[in-house]
Amino acid sequence: MKPKRRRLYIIGLALLCLGAATALVLTAFEDNIVFFYSPTELAERQDIGPGRMMRIGGLVADGTVVKNNATVSFTVTDLNNTVPVSYTGILPDLFREGQGVVVEGSLGPDGRFMATEVLAKHDENYMPKEVADALKASGQWQHAEEAPK
Amino acid sequence: MIPELGNFALALALIVSFVMTGAGLAGAQMGNAAWMVAARPAAIALFGLSSIAFAALTWAFVVSDFSVSNVAANSHSLKPMLYKVSGVWGNHEGSMLLWVLMLSLFGAAVAVLGDNLPPGLRARVLGVQGGIAFGFLLFILLTSNPFDRLDPAPLDGQGLNPLLQDPGLAFHPPMLYLGYVGLSVTFCFAIAALIEGKVDAAWARWVRPWTLAAWSSLTLGIALGSWWAYYELGWGGWWFWDPVENASFMPWLAATALLHSAIVVEKRDALKTWTVLLAIIAFSFSLLGTFLVRSGVLTSVHAFATDPARGLYILLFLLAVIGGSLTLFAIRAPAMKSGGLFAPVSREGALVLNNLLLSTALATVLLGTLYPLFLEVVSGDKVSVGPPFFNATFVPLMIPLIIAMAAGPLMGWKRGDLAGVLSRLKVAGIAVGIAIAVTWWAQSDGPPLALLGIGLAAWLFVGTLIEFAERTRLFRVPLSNSLRRAAGLPRSAWGLLLGHAGVAILVAGVTGSSAWTVEKIQAMAIGEAIDVAGYSFTLDAVTEGQGPNYQYRRAAFTVRHDGKVYDVLEPEKRFFPVERNETTEAAIRSTFLGDLYAVIGDETPQGTWVTRIYFNPLVPWIWAGCLIMVAGGLVSLSDRRLRIGAPQRKRATPSPAPAPAE
Repeated sequence: MKPKRRRLYIIGLALLCLGAATALVLTAFEDNIVFFYSPTELAERQDIGPGRMMRIGGLVADGTVVKNNATVSFTVTDLNNTVPVSYTGILPDLFREGQGVVVEGSLGPDGRFMATEVLAKHDENYMPKEVADALKASGQWQHAEEAPK
Repeated sequence: MIPELGNFALALALIVSFVMTGAGLAGAQMGNAAWMVAARPAAIALFGLSSIAFAALTWAFVVSDFSVSNVAANSHSLKPMLYKVSGVWGNHEGSMLLWVLMLSLFGAAVAVLGDNLPPGLRARVLGVQGGIAFGFLLFILLTSNPFDRLDPAPLDGQGLNPLLQDPGLAFHPPMLYLGYVGLSVTFCFAIAALIEGKVDAAWARWVRPWTLAAWSSLTLGIALGSWWAYYELGWGGWWFWDPVENASFMPWLAATALLHSAIVVEKRDALKTWTVLLAIIAFSFSLLGTFLVRSGVLTSVHAFATDPARGLYILLFLLAVIGGSLTLFAIRAPAMKSGGLFAPVSREGALVLNNLLLSTALATVLLGTLYPLFLEVVSGDKVSVGPPFFNATFVPLMIPLIIAMAAGPLMGWKRGDLAGVLSRLKVAGIAVGIAIAVTWWAQSDGPPLALLGIGLAAWLFVGTLIEFAERTRLFRVPLSNSLRRAAGLPRSAWGLLLGHAGVAILVAGVTGSSAWTVEKIQAMAIGEAIDVAGYSFTLDAVTEGQGPNYQYRRAAFTVRHDGKVYDVLEPEKRFFPVERNETTEAAIRSTFLGDLYAVIGDETPQGTWVTRIYFNPLVPWIWAGCLIMVAGGLVSLSDRRLRIGAPQRKRATPSPAPAPAE
C-alpha cells in the first residue's frame, strides 16, 4: 500500500510540474518568439505592423552608414531589397560596411527599422548563418562571396 | 617530426581504447580475471598516449610550426605565449583533443584510485569509459585531425579570433570540459550498474564524489565563462541565454539533480532507478552540448567549425550512446528493487521535489534551445528564442525550488514534520520581511518581482543558517561548545551550508543585476561629465597606443563620488591587424553594492566619443555566490565517507556478477 501511495504522490507532483511548465512555455512562446526575416521577406509580408519585435539580417550596404552623435543609421540589404535601420548605441566590434549583420527591433511608423540590438556574431567566415541563408534565398550568394572581406 | 609523433600516439590511443573496452566489458561478462585486470593498465596507457598527443600539439603551437594546418589556421608568430598555449584548445580540433585528454585522465583516475571497487564493476566502468574514448578518438582521426600538415607551409599563421585572446580562454574551456567529462564517470558507473543489475548504497558512495567533482568544475567553468562574457563583450550583461550557454547549463541542471538524488540512494536506498536515469541524462546533455556547439548548427562565436561530416558523426555517436544507454535502462531498470519507504513530507520527499523541479526547468531550457532548430526544419521559419522566453519559463520554476531549499534540509528522513519545520523557519520569515523592507526603502522604483527575488534570497540564506545553527546547537549551548560541534560536523554538512548559502547570494545578485541596472549611452566630448547611479564620470582623455599584437584606443574616465575622486576607469577598444578584428575591453570597478562599468566606442563625426556607462547592481554577488557554491562542492568532496577506501560493500561481490534476472 505504502509504496503505491508514494508513487501516486510522486506521479501527481510530476504531472503538476509538467502541467505548469507546459502552461509557462505556451504563454512564453506566444509573446516571446522573435521571427527572422530577410529584407525581401519583409517587403513581401504586408501583415507585419509597426511595433512587432523581429530580426532582420543581410549585408550592411556600402556607403550607407551615417553616424550622428550616438545614433547610427545604415541600410541592410540582401542585394534585392533594402531596409533602412536606425540604432542608438555602440556598434559591435565586428560591424562593418559590406559585411553581414543581424538587427533586432521593430518597424517604426515611417517604415524605418528601429534596432534595439545589433548582432554581429560571426563564424570564422564573418557571415552569420541567417544572413548567408537570406543571401542564398535572394539568389545573390555568389555576389556576396565576391564582396570584399 | 613531433606532430607525427602526436599523430602516432593518437592512433595508438585508438587501439588501446578499443582493447580497454573489449577487455573490460567482455572480461567482466565472461568472468575472465586476466582481461578484467588488463583494463587498468590500458586506462593508464590511454592517458599516457593522450598526454603525448596533447603535448605534441602544444609544442607545435609554442614553436609556431605553421606546417601544421591547425596551427597555421589558429595561431600567429606575434601572439603572446599565453595565447599560443591556450590557443591549443581555442579551436575545434584542439578542443576535441583536450576532451579526450580529460576523459583519459578520469579513466586513469578510476583505474588507480579504484582499488576498493569490486573487480567486475571496475572492469565494466573502465570498459564503458574506453568505449567513449574510442568514439571520440575515431572522431578526431576521421574528421578533425589536429596534426594534418600543410604543404607548402605558410610564412605565418592566420591568428586567433581576438575575442579568444584573453586569459579567460586559458581557464574557461578546461574547467567546463573537466565538468562535462567528469559526468562520463558517473555515466559509466550507471551503465555498469545496469549491466550488473545492482544499485546499492555503496554504489552511490562511489558515484557521489565523481558527481561532486564534475559538478564543482562545471559550476566554476560556467561562472568563468559568464564572467568572461561580462568583461569582454562590453554589453554589460553576464548571461544571454545564448544556445551555447544553455548547452553548458543543461548538464549543470542535470548534475545538480543527480547530486541530490544520489544522497537519497546512499542514505535511504530509494530512488535508485531514477538516479541511474539521471546519470545517463546528465552525460547525454554533456554530449548534446558538444554536438550543439561543435557541429555549428547554432551560430555563435563558439562554433569553430561548420563541417557537415563532423556534425553527422557526432549526431550518430550521440544516437548510439544515448539511444543505447536508454535502451539498456529500459530493459534492466524494472528488475531493480526499490527500497526505503518514505512519506511525501520528508527529506526524501523534498529531494524528490528538487529533482522534479530541476528536471522540469531542464526541459524548458532544452525546448527553448532546440525550438528554433525544430521550427526551421519543419516550417522553414527562422526564429530566435531569447531571454524573455527563459525569464517567463525558467524563473517561475525556480521560485518553489528556492522556497523548498530552505525547508528540505530541516526535514527528517522518512517522515518530516512540516509544521515544526515552518515554526523553526520563523526567523527566516522575519528576515524576508526585513530584506524586502530595506530593498524597498533603497530602491522603490524597481519591478515588484525584484522584491520577491531579494526576499527569496534572504529566506534561503537565513534558512540555511538556521539548519547549521541547529546542528551546532548555536545559542543553546555555550559558544565554544558550538564551535567544537561545528568542527566535528561531517564535511558534507559544511558542503550543504556553503552550497545553499552560495545559491542564496547568487539569487540576490541575479535579482539585483536584472532589476536595477542603469545604462547610459551617449556621445561625450573630452571634459564632459555624466551622472550614473550617484557617480559622476568625466571623460578626461582618449589616447592611442600599441599592445603586443594589437593597437588600442584607451579612454580615461575619472569617477567622482560625493565630489571626491573615487577611481579612474580606462576602457579600451583593441584592433588586431593580423585578424583585422576589434575587441572591447570594458573597465570595471567593483563595489560591494555593484559594478561601475565603462565602455568606449567610436568617434562621432562631431569629434565626440560614443560611450556606454553602466551601474550593474550586485553583480559581484553573482561571482561570490558561484565561488561559495564551488567551495561547498569541494568541501563536501573531502568528506571522510567519500574518501578512498572508505566505502565498502557489506557483502563480498562475487565476480563475475550474477547472471541478470530476465
